[in-house]
Amino acid sequence: MTDLLRVNDLKRHYEVHVPEGLFGRKASLKAVDGVSFSIEKGRTLGLVGESGCGKSTTAKLVLGLIPATSGTVEFAGTPVTARHDAQWRAMRRRMQMIYQDPLGALDRRLPVITQIAEPFEIHYAQMPAAERTDRAAVLMDSVGLRPDMAMRYPHELSGGQRQRVVIARALALEPDLLVCDEPVSALDVSIQAQVLNLLDDLRERTGFAALFISHDLKVVRQMSDQVAVMYLGRIVESGLPEEVFRRPQHPYTKALVSAIPTPARRGKRERIVLEGDPPSPVDVPSGCSFHTRCPIAQASCRNAVPQLVASGGHAVACHLVNAGATPAVQAAE
Amino acid sequence: MVQYLLMKIFRALVTVTLIVSAAFVVLRLSGDPAIIILGPEAPPEAFEAFRRNWGLDQPIWVQYFKYFAAVFQGDLGNSMRDGRSALVVVGERIPLTLAITLPALFIKLAIGLPAGVMAALYRNTWVDRLIMMLSVAGFTVPSFVLGLVLAMIFAVWLGWLPSGGSDTWAHAVLPTVTMGLVGAAVIARFTRSAMLEVLGQPYIRTASAKGLLWRDVVRNHALPNAAIPTLTIIGFLVGSLVAGAVVVESVFSWPGVGRLLVNAVANRDLAVVQVILLLVGLTMVGANLAVDILYGIVDPRLRIKRLQAGS
Amino acid sequence: METLLSIKDLTIDFDQGKRFVRALHGVSLNVARGEVLGVVGESGCGKSITWLAALGLLGSKARISGSVRLNGQEIAGAPENDLAGLRGGRIAMIFQDPSSSLNPVHRIGRQIAEALKLHRGMTGASANAEAARLLDRVGIANATRRLREYPHEMSGGMNQRIMIAMALAGEPDLLIADEPTTALDATIQAQILDLLTELRRDSGMALVLISHDLGVVADMSDRVAVMYGGRVIEEADTGSLFDSPAHPYTRGLIAALPDIDGPRRRLESIPGTVPAPDQLPPGCSFAPRCAIASKICDARVPAFLPYGEKQSHFAACIKCRGGAPTETASMPGNKSALVPA
Repeated sequence: MTDLLRVNDLKRHYEVHVPEGLFGRKASLKAVDGVSFSIEKGRTLGLVGESGCGKSTTAKLVLGLIPATSGTVEFAGTPVTARHDAQWRAMRRRMQMIYQDPLGALDRRLPVITQIAEPFEIHYAQMPAAERTDRAAVLMDSVGLRPDMAMRYPHELSGGQRQRVVIARALALEPDLLVCDEPVSALDVSIQAQVLNLLDDLRERTGFAALFISHDLKVVRQMSDQVAVMYLGRIVESGLPEEVFRRPQHPYTKALVSAIPTPARRGKRERIVLEGDPPSPVDVPSGCSFHTRCPIAQASCRNAVPQLVASGGHAVACHLVNAGATPAVQAAE
Repeated sequence: MVQYLLMKIFRALVTVTLIVSAAFVVLRLSGDPAIIILGPEAPPEAFEAFRRNWGLDQPIWVQYFKYFAAVFQGDLGNSMRDGRSALVVVGERIPLTLAITLPALFIKLAIGLPAGVMAALYRNTWVDRLIMMLSVAGFTVPSFVLGLVLAMIFAVWLGWLPSGGSDTWAHAVLPTVTMGLVGAAVIARFTRSAMLEVLGQPYIRTASAKGLLWRDVVRNHALPNAAIPTLTIIGFLVGSLVAGAVVVESVFSWPGVGRLLVNAVANRDLAVVQVILLLVGLTMVGANLAVDILYGIVDPRLRIKRLQAGS
Repeated sequence: METLLSIKDLTIDFDQGKRFVRALHGVSLNVARGEVLGVVGESGCGKSITWLAALGLLGSKARISGSVRLNGQEIAGAPENDLAGLRGGRIAMIFQDPSSSLNPVHRIGRQIAEALKLHRGMTGASANAEAARLLDRVGIANATRRLREYPHEMSGGMNQRIMIAMALAGEPDLLIADEPTTALDATIQAQILDLLTELRRDSGMALVLISHDLGVVADMSDRVAVMYGGRVIEEADTGSLFDSPAHPYTRGLIAALPDIDGPRRRLESIPGTVPAPDQLPPGCSFAPRCAIASKICDARVPAFLPYGEKQSHFAACIKCRGGAPTETASMPGNKSALVPA
């Protein structure tokens, strides 16, 4: 199988000014710190983690919206850079993005059909206006928007309908890759299911690959063929969703999976509650960055950064797990 | 905090430099003072002498550097009209201007702040509508119109107050009130929106849910937060104490800095105009700096995080 | 069980300038001493305003009618002074966004001390010591140093702990937690839920947990009320509600939720969107989105009646009287999930 997207040792560090002492000091904020993954054609990779773990920065890097500090992104064999030249624009046509806040992504002064037709206007300037509108109408239908909504403005639609508009626009150019950053986080449960099912159906029909980013493990499991768990700018565990979420190996993933309250789990609670807040990405702890909150950390965990070691498609970045000494931490079964 | 202050002071210095340069450029570009001062019919030798006297015959960048050096030595030249030091000419007018702008500032705050707070607290009631109506009237009517109307009523019809001049304290009343009312309207409107913004914040609901009576919620939680944005506009008013009275001084023939400016511009008295421009710029920058420092004190979010040993 | 707080026929109309829009249509709920009542529903269902109204926190734009009794004593429409005394005292409240729920210009210590002074008359050193004890109680280390800090110097999770400490200051009988973990990350949410459980166990205070998250409510509550369109449409002990939900909306919500355990399945979505408060359909407000609705559902608002054998399970649905709904098998199975109503 060919990889559509290949990300290799991607880093994005920001120079920040830490107000400390008299004049402060310069420091490096490691938003993304050595992330590698690949997505096959038509497959979905779910990226999950808490706020500040670098998952949204990864999305921007993948699309070349911001330059990487180091590492590479390859889309269909061509490197993606943040130089917005003709080559990038041609590539961008095949890579689209959906954000959390559909209202912010839409222009409030234009009727929705105009916005759905916009990609044709930009990329197929020679296409007659009537054809653009026809195509936009077809798209509206495919995302479940009624024809009478065409001339409405974004604020006249509900949150779920707006997200459908955004999806329709993103799919207008039949992209090969769709990057979804928290696409359903702002939606109510009943609407969330509608949008997730819609994305699922559209993917089946058009075969796009997706990078699906969410803080919600349940949503990520629902949508992904592969998942990767991020903590402080690194992937700490990856593999098939069934594997990673049912038999988590990394202590962070274990805690994360065990912390999710669901109706089915009620009563049989064996939550692993981590102490404290995640450290700031400016002061990433030495060695394994999770050691400060890890319930099973040993002194040696502070020394070296653990590498992601795969066994049978399930990869974990934990010294203790990879040493074979599977520590006795309660699994969330 | 130290770093915050240093940065603000540095920015203020940059602004001052820009103002000094701008004053130079604007004045040199606006016409040949020799022609205006001496009149177009003056003999060519007179022009020559005038230009040599004032250094106007040198290349513009030489003039600029000489000017810059002089400014920083406090030498701002002499009035081209009466030959006295421009600083002195302007300086003797400052007390007269402050005599009306300071009381006017007091009126602005004394009326504007409470009116704005009341309008916000009684939003969408007749109290709010009345205050806002007066406020809109206050800053849509130009101050010279308001001044003339007040003069018409109190000087011409009622004869209670003089309409112009500066001989007694009574002469100061009309210009002061005119400026005070216009400024109060601006402050009221600004305070109202600052207050409304704060009243919509979740911490106001928290304060109520805690069991505080509404008046304590307003006093302890709403007012301190609303004060922060209101500081900006107060800073602006303080900054315009010296030169904010141009129109009103002209209407009421009050011999302050504002009227001096109008005359100096009309007469192309470059040195005097320059001093006034610099004075205005400096007071503005000074007031802004003061506001920034106050911000740092009032708003803990701007204060630099203390060095925390671990966490 | 002894009833602590009893809300009866609570109705709220909001003044929209030209007209009033009804946001709550006669809600009745009871909270017993020491119990956890979960209130679940989607945005705009009225789950938050019910409790804000009960405490008189909705402001002058809201017209409220109905009865709210605390220990049998009527507090709806009570004088502002009496209500203020209850707030933060007998009944405390915490909110969704902890960081903006604390006053940015006051130190943490001052904000907690304010509540201590109001409800326990403590000032000065004793208030300070008690504030430190409360911070310690909610799991904040270095309490005395933290008291001198400002909300912006702390994380969201810490600020929610501070909100809880402030709520505990008045030693309340009832804590109303409005989406207390929605703005927090998963691991921090687990910390806060654990803290709430622990505090409740120690103090015996009752908890009303308002959330859109079925998982959180299922995890924490003894009893759950489901709200839709300004009404309670189902109420039961937590076990019955999740094991044998009656109302098609409750069933739909549960089916729409992706799971973390078990095999992956296609989500069953509820078609359409929540109706705006001023555009509620006649009769059952869920009818337009309901897979088993028929004409009679539009006739009038269904009564809130016992469901099944249990005396503690109620639902407002004509279609599911006295047993399972007749067409449960096909319940949300609306295949054309792409087409909103």
